[in-house]
Amino acid sequence: MNPGIGLGMIRNLVQRLVAPIDLPLMVIAGLLLLLAVGVMGSASPERLNAQLLNVAVALVVMRFMAQVPPQRLMHLAVPVYLVGILLLIAVALFGDVSKGARRWLNLGFMRAQPSELMKIAMPLLLAWFFQKREAMPRLRDYGIAAVLLLLPVALIARQPDLGTAILVLAAGFYVIFFAGLSWKILVGMAVAAAAAAPLAWNLLHDYQRNRIITLFDPEKDPLGKGFHIIQSTIAIGSGGIFGKGWRAGTQAQLEFIPERHTDFIFAVFSEEFGLFGNLLLLGLYAMLIGRGLMIAANAATLFSRLLAGAVTMIFFTYAFVNMGMVSGILPVVGVPLPLVSYGGTALVTLFIGIGILMSIHGNRMLVQK
Amino acid sequence: MEFKNPQEELERFRSRLAVAGGFVLVCFTLLFIRFVWLQIVQHDYYQTRAEDNRISLVPIVPNRGLIVDRNGEVLARNYSAYTLEITPSKTRDLEQVIDGLAGIIDIQPKDRKRFRKLLEESRNFESLPIRTRLTDEEVARFIAHRYRFPGVDIKARLFRQYPGGAFASHMLGYIGRVNDRDLEKIEEKEQDANYRGTEHFGKTGLEQHYEFDLHGGTGFEQVEVDAGGRAVRTLARTAPVAGNNLTLTVDAELQRIAELAFGDRRGALVAIEPSTGGILALVAVPNYDPNLFVDGIDTQNWRELNESPDKPMVNRALNGAYPPGSTFKPFMALGALTLGKRRAEQVISDPGFFNFGGHHFRDDKKGGHGMVDMYKSIVQSCDTYYYMLANDMGIDNISSFMGQLGLGSRTGIDIDGESEGVLPSQEWKRKRFKKPEQQKWYAGETISIGIGQGYNAYTPIQLAQATAIVANKGVVFRPHLVKFITDTRTGKRTEVEPKPTRDLGLKLEHIDVIRNAMIGVNKEGTGARAFAGAEYVSAGKTGTAQVYSLKGAEYKAGGVKKELRDHALFIAFAPAEDPKIALAILVENGGFGAQAAAPIARLVLDYYLLGKRPKAPAQPDEAAVEEDEE
Repeated sequence: MNPGIGLGMIRNLVQRLVAPIDLPLMVIAGLLLLLAVGVMGSASPERLNAQLLNVAVALVVMRFMAQVPPQRLMHLAVPVYLVGILLLIAVALFGDVSKGARRWLNLGFMRAQPSELMKIAMPLLLAWFFQKREAMPRLRDYGIAAVLLLLPVALIARQPDLGTAILVLAAGFYVIFFAGLSWKILVGMAVAAAAAAPLAWNLLHDYQRNRIITLFDPEKDPLGKGFHIIQSTIAIGSGGIFGKGWRAGTQAQLEFIPERHTDFIFAVFSEEFGLFGNLLLLGLYAMLIGRGLMIAANAATLFSRLLAGAVTMIFFTYAFVNMGMVSGILPVVGVPLPLVSYGGTALVTLFIGIGILMSIHGNRMLVQK
Repeated sequence: MEFKNPQEELERFRSRLAVAGGFVLVCFTLLFIRFVWLQIVQHDYYQTRAEDNRISLVPIVPNRGLIVDRNGEVLARNYSAYTLEITPSKTRDLEQVIDGLAGIIDIQPKDRKRFRKLLEESRNFESLPIRTRLTDEEVARFIAHRYRFPGVDIKARLFRQYPGGAFASHMLGYIGRVNDRDLEKIEEKEQDANYRGTEHFGKTGLEQHYEFDLHGGTGFEQVEVDAGGRAVRTLARTAPVAGNNLTLTVDAELQRIAELAFGDRRGALVAIEPSTGGILALVAVPNYDPNLFVDGIDTQNWRELNESPDKPMVNRALNGAYPPGSTFKPFMALGALTLGKRRAEQVISDPGFFNFGGHHFRDDKKGGHGMVDMYKSIVQSCDTYYYMLANDMGIDNISSFMGQLGLGSRTGIDIDGESEGVLPSQEWKRKRFKKPEQQKWYAGETISIGIGQGYNAYTPIQLAQATAIVANKGVVFRPHLVKFITDTRTGKRTEVEPKPTRDLGLKLEHIDVIRNAMIGVNKEGTGARAFAGAEYVSAGKTGTAQVYSLKGAEYKAGGVKKELRDHALFIAFAPAEDPKIALAILVENGGFGAQAAAPIARLVLDYYLLGKRPKAPAQPDEAAVEEDEE
C-alpha cells in the first residue's frame, strides 16, 4: 500500500473530524480541562481516571453536537422538552430518593436525572418558541414563555433541587431576556420578586432556609451547617496571592474541605493556586463566555442567536454561582464548577452546550447566503 | 401586526448581548473583589485559622509515679492497654456509632452505661472510653473498620493498677476520673496546663495527698490532624516527665501480716517507728479493691461497698473515733506524774468502787484490788485508782496534758480527711452542745474520763502516736507514710519528715515509771498471756471500750449482740528499752482487749523484731476471758 495515499486518507479523515470544531472555543475549553485534571490530581487522584473517561465521552458528544445543524435542533426542541417534562413528572411520582431528595429516575438499565436534561431542553424550546413568532413577540408570548419555563422549574424545585432549578430558570430567563422583553417589565419583575421574597421564604424547605441563614452567619454552627462555608473560605483565604502549591493545600489534603472533588473543588484550586490561579480561572471563563457571546452575535437565525446566548450564559451562571457559594457570598446550592468538578452528567451537559455553540458558529453563513 | 425589521432586531439583540456581557464582567469583578478580600486583606487571619485547623497540640500524659514500700515492693503501678475512645463532639449520632462499634467489638450494656455516665460528667471536647483493655484482635478488627467511624479511635493508655488488690487500700487510696471538685484543686494549684489530657486524679489516700507529686509533667506533641481529628504526622514533640515515685516508710510484709491477723474482724492497726514518726503499717479492715475505681466503678460494686454494714469504705485508722478504754491509763498516769498529782509509789486503797457524791463508780473486780500503787494500777488495770486520779486532776488538766500527746487533734499524717476525735474539756462541751444545761461540765463526768470512757473518743492513729511519743521519751514526730519522694528525672530524693516537730520535755524518770508498768502488763498483767514466751521485752496496755452502757448489769460477751459487744484495744511498744515500733490496735466489737487485740500485737511484733511469720490469723484467746480486766 502506498503510504502517501494512506497518509492522505488519514489527513482527510482528520480534517473532516476536526472541521466542525471551533478552535478558540476548543482551546479555551481544553485549557479549562487541563486545569481540571490538575486540580483533580490534587483533590482526588483516585478519581482522575474516571474523570478522564468522562471527559472523553463528553468530547465525543460535543463533536457529535457540533455537526448537528441548528435546523435539526429546532425540530428536536418540542419533543425533547415534552420528554423532559414527562420524565420530571415520573420522577415526582416514582423517583428514587437519595440524600433526602427525589431526583433520580430508575429506568431499569440506568438511573437518569431528568432535571439535567432540562438545562439544555429549556433554552432549546424557548428559542424555538420565539423563532416561531415571526412577528415582534407580544406580551402574551412572553407570558406563554414564562409558563413553559416555570413548569419544569417548579417540578425541579419540588424534588427538591434548588441548584438545578435556578440553572434551568436562568437558562430560560436568558432566552426571554435576549428575545427582547422590555426593560419596564424586567424592572417590574425585579420589584415584584423583591416584594415576593418573604412569601418565597415560606415556601422554601428548612434545609434551604438554613443554607441562606448559614451564608450570613456561618460561625453560628461551625460543626454543622456552617462547616462547609467556614472551611472553604479558610481554604481560599489561606491560599493567599500565590497559593500553597499543588497538592500542598492543608485544608484540601487534610480533608477539611467537604465535597472537595465536586461542588467545592474551587476551594481546593484556590487554596493551592491562590489569587493568581483564581484570576486565570476567571479569565478562562470570561474568554469562554466572550467567545460564546460573539458566536451568538454572529448567528444566522433568531433561534441560533437566542440559543447561543442562553447556552453561553449557562456557563456564566454555573461559574458565578459555584465560585460565589464556595467563597461565601452566595448560599450553598448544588452547582458544580463548570468543566472542573467531578461528575459525568454535568460535564456532558456542558459539552453539549459547547457543541451547540460550535454548530451555530459553523452554520452562521448558510442562511444569510 | 408589526413586522420585524431584521437589522433593528439584530441591533437590539446585540445590545442585549452587550448588557449580558457587562453583567458577566460585573459579577466576575465582584468575585475578584471577594477573592482579594479573602486572599490578601484577610489572608493572615485565614492562614492562622488553617494552621489552627491543621495543627493540634496533643498532650502526652506522663506516667504516674510509682508507690513502693520501704523495701521497694511495688504497691501502685501503671500498665499500658488499648482503649476504644469516642470524641462525642466529632460524631453525629452517638447511639448509632456505638451500635456500629458493637458490631465489631464486644460492647456490654455496662460499658454503655459507664460511657453515658462519663458523658454526663465530661468536659466538652475530650474523648471518652467506650471500652477499655482491648485485645490485640479487637484492635486489629477496629483498625480495619476505622474509616466507618469518624471521631472514634484506639488509644494506648496507661492504667493504674494496685497489684495487691484490696491490700493496704485505705493507705494507698485510688485514682478516678477527674471531676469538677478535682478541677477546682487543679486550678487552685495553677496546674491547669499541666493537667491537659489528664483524665485521672487521686481521690483518697496517698494517691490523693501526693497527687501533684505523682502526676508528673505533661508532654506535648504538635501533630497535623485531618478533619476527622486523627493525627496524620507529628511535627514536634516535648517529652512528658514521669511523676515522682513515693517510697513509703511502710513495711509491706508487716502490713500484710497485720491485715491477715485481723481475719474477718473489723478494726484498725497503726504501727509507728517512734524515732522517726514513720508509719510501719496502717491497717483498716475491712478494705476494698481500689482497682475497681480506676475505670469508673460500676453501680453494683459501688452499692455493695456503700451499703455493706461493715462499712469497708471507712478508713477506721484515721476516721474511726473510739473510746480508748484502759489504754488511756498509762497516759493518765504520766500526766499525774508530770503535773505532780501523784507519785509512783503513792498507794491508794481500792474497795471495788469509787464513791462520788453518793454514786458508786464500780471497779471491774468485785471487792477491789486492795492496796494499789501506780505500777499495779497499770498492770492490773485498776479502775478505782483512775476514778480517784481523774477527780484529783480535774478535766482541764487531763485535757491539756492529753492534748500535748496529740489526742483529740489531727496528727497531720499524709492522708487527707483525718478525723479529730473528741478530747473532752469544759470548753469542748460548751461548743459541742446548744442548751445551757448541757453546756456545763459536771465534776461527775470527769470520773469516767479517767478510765478512757465518757466523752473520750480517739482515732487509732492518735493512740498510736501518743504511744510512740511515750516510747520516744516525749520527742514528737509527725506520723507520715512517705519516707522520700524520688524525682524520676534527676534521681534526687526529698525526705518527707527528717526532723522532730517538738519535744514535750517529759521527765525521763516519769517515763521510766510508765514504761516499767507497761512492761509489767505484758509480763505479769493483762497482756501476759498474749506475750508469753516472747524473745524480747515489750511494753503494752490492754483496753476494752464500752459500746453499750449496761446500766449496772453484768457484761457477758456471748449474751450481747455482736454490734453491741465492746471494742478491744491494745497499745504497745518494743523493744521496751530501745523502741523500734509503737502500735495501737483496735478490734471493733472484739470483746476484751487482752483476748482480741493483744494477740494481733504479738504477731506483728514477732515479725517486725524477729522476722517470725505467723501460720494463721491471730485467734481470739478465749482463755484470757477468765483473767478479764475492768
